[in-house]
Amino acid sequence: MRVRYIYYRYLTRLFYHYPLQGRKVRSLAIFSKKNYYDLFFSFLTAVASLTVIIFIIGILIVLVKESSFAIGKFGLINFLTSTAWNPVTGIFGAATTIYGTFVTTALALIFAIPTAIGIAVFVTEIAPNILKGPIGIAIELLAAIPSIIYGMWGLFTLAPIMSKYVEPALQNTIGKLPFVGILFKGTPLGIDLLTASVILGIMIIPFTASIARDSFNLTPAVVKESAYAIGATQWEVVKNVVLPYSKLGVFGGAALSLGRALGETMAVAFVLGNNHKIATSLLDAASTITVSLANEFTEADSDLYLSSLYYLALVLFVMSFIILAISKFFLLKAERKYSR
Amino acid sequence: MNLEKKRKLESFAALALSGLAAVVGLFWLIYILTDVIVNGIGALKISLFLNDPAPAGVEGGGLRNAFVGQLMITFAATLIGVPVGVLGGTFLAEYARGRKIARVISVVSDIMVSVPSIVVGAFVYAVLVRPLHHFSGWAGAFALSIIMIPVVLRTTEDMLSLVPWTLREAAFALGAPYYKVIIQVVYRGAATGILTGILLSIARVAGETAPLLFTSFNNNFFSGNMNGPMASLTVTIFQYAMGPYKSWHSQAWGASFVITLFILCLTIAGRLIIRWRYKR
Repeated sequence: MRVRYIYYRYLTRLFYHYPLQGRKVRSLAIFSKKNYYDLFFSFLTAVASLTVIIFIIGILIVLVKESSFAIGKFGLINFLTSTAWNPVTGIFGAATTIYGTFVTTALALIFAIPTAIGIAVFVTEIAPNILKGPIGIAIELLAAIPSIIYGMWGLFTLAPIMSKYVEPALQNTIGKLPFVGILFKGTPLGIDLLTASVILGIMIIPFTASIARDSFNLTPAVVKESAYAIGATQWEVVKNVVLPYSKLGVFGGAALSLGRALGETMAVAFVLGNNHKIATSLLDAASTITVSLANEFTEADSDLYLSSLYYLALVLFVMSFIILAISKFFLLKAERKYSR
Repeated sequence: MNLEKKRKLESFAALALSGLAAVVGLFWLIYILTDVIVNGIGALKISLFLNDPAPAGVEGGGLRNAFVGQLMITFAATLIGVPVGVLGGTFLAEYARGRKIARVISVVSDIMVSVPSIVVGAFVYAVLVRPLHHFSGWAGAFALSIIMIPVVLRTTEDMLSLVPWTLREAAFALGAPYYKVIIQVVYRGAATGILTGILLSIARVAGETAPLLFTSFNNNFFSGNMNGPMASLTVTIFQYAMGPYKSWHSQAWGASFVITLFILCLTIAGRLIIRWRYKR
């Protein structure tokens, strides 16, 4: 009986308390039969919430275990820097796909972030009240469209436009310049790094814009009004009051979009061509980690091949986890700073 | 030019630029939507829903198998994901309220929401597909539920936190144990909010393709067997759009239209419920 009592006390310590308005007050647990149900329910909910932690640790363990063959064979530095990807001879390296991932993501962010901030400024500061609601809803809805739709639209609509009009035009203007010209060499086919980046950029615009808008909205009206009262123009209020005030939130939002863009598969899988090489021209087919996984995973015929693909997945998982954690850090800091 | 004029001009130019950015951004997105609607409605025929796929390259046929497969996988994922997510959110907002573990789990699930979905697919392949030596609808549903749980968990946590604390105190005062308070008072107060979270999470997973590629795989024949490979709309869209046939492309547009419509309806329903319940 005594042992059971101690065990019970221990469990109640863990799960059982009536928190009073934020203050933690341990309940004077009345040991009636009723409380066993409560204990059971609290235990159930605790297990349910721990599944998230279990999954994230489980994913890491499984990825490490599955890729251990490739890790043993190629090592870390060698794998990350090797440009080889040859299923026939069994030599694999991640440099080409990591390069593709970074180029598409960086270009997408260059397209998306200024546009998204522009949208956020427009929605919060300029738009008349009648427009604010509809544009806000439109942005939310567009963020909900699945990425495969963006990818398919890119293949059927954007790629022909790019190869027919945009890419030749770029070749004839910027492509003629020294040094920069190398970025636009080659035949414009539309299935290339540039098209994939544009689609990825379009895809993350609504997402980034809605976070930026939420951060802008955190600026207290009083602060803005006092700036207006001393004669600031609308742009000066945005530049000197709103932007500094919401800096952390916008950084966090940008990092979150970066994390999303790194791991995006379907939006780029259609138009990147899965070509393992370091393409110096943006008009060249390439590959990202996600695209190689999507295209080669079910075709991997040797253990080493599959293990190398898992190694790629592990690299992607660790990269995006770190970036997402950083973004969460910024967003939490912004929240704590301004929601007081 | 005096300073005042310069400042006004600068302000006008900057704001015009941001207005332009808004127009450009919204232009692309509206372009995509109209493209999906125009091409999709052209491809919508009764046979798309009633027939199974014709052999490759042959005209006609439909995507009945993919529609049924998609519904079954999404439904199974909801069955796994929603109870776990709602219970987990309850722990964070009630039993562990204000504790460190609640904050940690909350942050981890926020990260989990954005983890690359293809990695989740690879994970499920290693734990459910390879040990059993075959692709299965259950594996696909499990992969989707891994993506779903953090979404439901976070919205549940937020919605339960919105229920006023005095409501719980009133129930405590009547001598109700905490679990009864949660089930009979807190859940009722937050029901619409939780429902919205569930709707939005279904919308989120219904469009996922990457986690299904190596879990439920694809199936050219009609199958209601969750233990075997199963067709899904999204994977079929990927396969058909990359394929060489015109009829495949048109069916892919039709499927895209249906899935976009489904997701947008769910999202709009969710927003309307929130607006109606929590008038802000």
